[in-house]
Amino acid sequence: MDKFDKLSGIAAPLPLINIDTDMIIPKQFLKTIKRSGLGVNLFDEMRYDDDRNEIPTFVLNKPQYRDAEILVAGDNFGCGSSREHAPWAIKDFGIRCVIAPSYADIFYSNCFKNGILPIALPQEQVDVLMKDAEKGSNARIEVDLEAQTITSSDGEVFNFEVDSFKKHCLMNGLDDIGLTLEKASSIESFEAQAATARPWV
Amino acid sequence: MSPKTLYDKIWDAHVAHEAEDGTCLLYIDRHLVHEVTSPQAFEGLRMTGRTVHDPAKTIAVPDHNVPTTLDRANAATMTEDSRIQVEALDTNAKEFGIHYYPVSDVRQGIVHIVGPEQGWTLPGMTVVCGDSHTATHGAFGSLAHGIGTSEVEHVLATQTLIQKKSKNMKVEITGKLRPGVTAKDITMSVIGVTGTAGGTGYVIEYCGEAIRDLSMEGRMTVCNMAIEGGARAGLIAPDEKTYAYCNGRPHAPKGAQWEAALTWWKTLYSDDDAHWDKVVTLKGEDIAPSVTWGTSPEDVLPITATVPAASDFKGGKVDAAQRSIEYMGLTAGMPLTDIKIDTVFIGSCTNGRIEDLRAAAAILKGKKIAVTRAMVVPGSGLVRAQAEEEGLAQIFIDAGFEWRMAGCSMCLAMNPDQLAPGERCAATSNRNFEGRQGRGGRTHLMSPAMAAAAAITGHLTDVREMM
Ligand code: SF4
Repeated sequence: MDKFDKLSGIAAPLPLINIDTDMIIPKQFLKTIKRSGLGVNLFDEMRYDDDRNEIPTFVLNKPQYRDAEILVAGDNFGCGSSREHAPWAIKDFGIRCVIAPSYADIFYSNCFKNGILPIALPQEQVDVLMKDAEKGSNARIEVDLEAQTITSSDGEVFNFEVDSFKKHCLMNGLDDIGLTLEKASSIESFEAQAATARPWV
Repeated sequence: MSPKTLYDKIWDAHVAHEAEDGTCLLYIDRHLVHEVTSPQAFEGLRMTGRTVHDPAKTIAVPDHNVPTTLDRANAATMTEDSRIQVEALDTNAKEFGIHYYPVSDVRQGIVHIVGPEQGWTLPGMTVVCGDSHTATHGAFGSLAHGIGTSEVEHVLATQTLIQKKSKNMKVEITGKLRPGVTAKDITMSVIGVTGTAGGTGYVIEYCGEAIRDLSMEGRMTVCNMAIEGGARAGLIAPDEKTYAYCNGRPHAPKGAQWEAALTWWKTLYSDDDAHWDKVVTLKGEDIAPSVTWGTSPEDVLPITATVPAASDFKGGKVDAAQRSIEYMGLTAGMPLTDIKIDTVFIGSCTNGRIEDLRAAAAILKGKKIAVTRAMVVPGSGLVRAQAEEEGLAQIFIDAGFEWRMAGCSMCLAMNPDQLAPGERCAATSNRNFEGRQGRGGRTHLMSPAMAAAAAITGHLTDVREMM
């Protein structure tokens, strides 16, 4: 997995609440058996018209946001399905960090498995960064995972919370499965005990 | 011992390892797999030379992509990419030696209907699937939730999941439901109150007389939509109805094992003085037959209400409501019962079980549809067979419904069952997101009885007027 430590990038503003996984990546793109190549279909129904032409008013189609690496959005981002295609599409587009007041549970954890940092901040702080993002490519937002800070283009600094284990894995690009397999003996002894306690399982 | 909730008890019984910071390895008893969220996980195993840790605990069934037309045995009924996904599952199931119900098997169906039906889902278990509606299985008093594809791979390889414990939330529905009100109306009304993020960070236990009174089918409907309220999982303590449902299922324990299981299952309830981080209480008698008007499951109203105005809301919801009203092609202030319906879809893991088909057929008996098209998609081949035996299929067909084969179908429209832009659908599924049932399609969620009522009149209808 890709490591994440620091990022200084253009942020795209998407001031909608309840952005669901069907908006992020509609189901017709779930038919792939690969993880890559979904970036062109990120936010597909908002991004293209019926003839597959780009809708110029959609934020990621505007010249100043084509290289955005950060997304600033409204409350309850990523609600809906468990599809990991949502973070795959976000990552494939080039976005490595999302900033929003809150996230749906499964989406939040899926991000960390794909080298994306989802940051939850109070609404007022998201509002400040949303304004910042609206300045386009003139404004770069800085994210420092080690220090757990975001710096706006005006130099305002916000602290954010992140689970220490998730942070550790993201900063070091660690593979969860490898880490768990190191605990194989705990799993084995659990299974031995469960086989007696609940043999019908 | 300190008092525990049901969730605490199941959690504690499944922690295989706990790190100092509270990060746990949670042991997984049942892993359900479908074709859309698993190919990359199996590919990951292959690339790293890993195997499936316990194939006997892993069950796969294709459901999302499969056509539901009668001629689906013909490969040409599937688009190439859908076929590739289903074939990948065929191959992976065989190669890794996991239980499999192929499309040709009468037991095939929506993964969340097949699991309980075959007795894979039992009280006190941990159940996961790369699908957010895994919450359905919580109806059995099991801890069941959706996971992403990386986690699917993790469970395949290790039979565990890296988890931190959620908080406990109690949703109590007191008293009795009024006639015409169903499990679907309960679960939608709860989301109407809590919002789609109200359950974020929690596991919900549904309790109270109205929940106890529900059948297992109804309880599955309630738990199914826990995720729409943002919760990690929803569950209901097992009782005699639960045991009766499980008893005799193909993969349920038998004989002495059954007795041993029963003894443990009977300890699975929340202790009287257990701690709840959040409590929501609704009166059963206050719940009305409900429908959604917007594009979020929280946009719920009793059928007797009118379409709201964006200005009725606060904060970010003002813009969201405006967008919803425009997308749905509605006018603020219009009675919900004036909304004309083009299409009716009865099915999905929310409402594709036998009881749902019975409820819809009871309304449809001897009537004809007034909508352009209507389809019933049973949740599994076995539900379909039973409905045919009970004469329900004929009632649907006589009314003008299409009688389909089992699958997810128009719940998410990955197969050819889709809405056209602007087409308006009364659906028994669980999501009314923009484009969910087809680009530009407009979805109103409701119970099977309400969907049947809409099919007959051609507009959203209060089913109580037909009873
Ligand atoms: S029926 Fe719908 S909600 Fe249920 S598993 Fe299928 S697609 Fe998901």
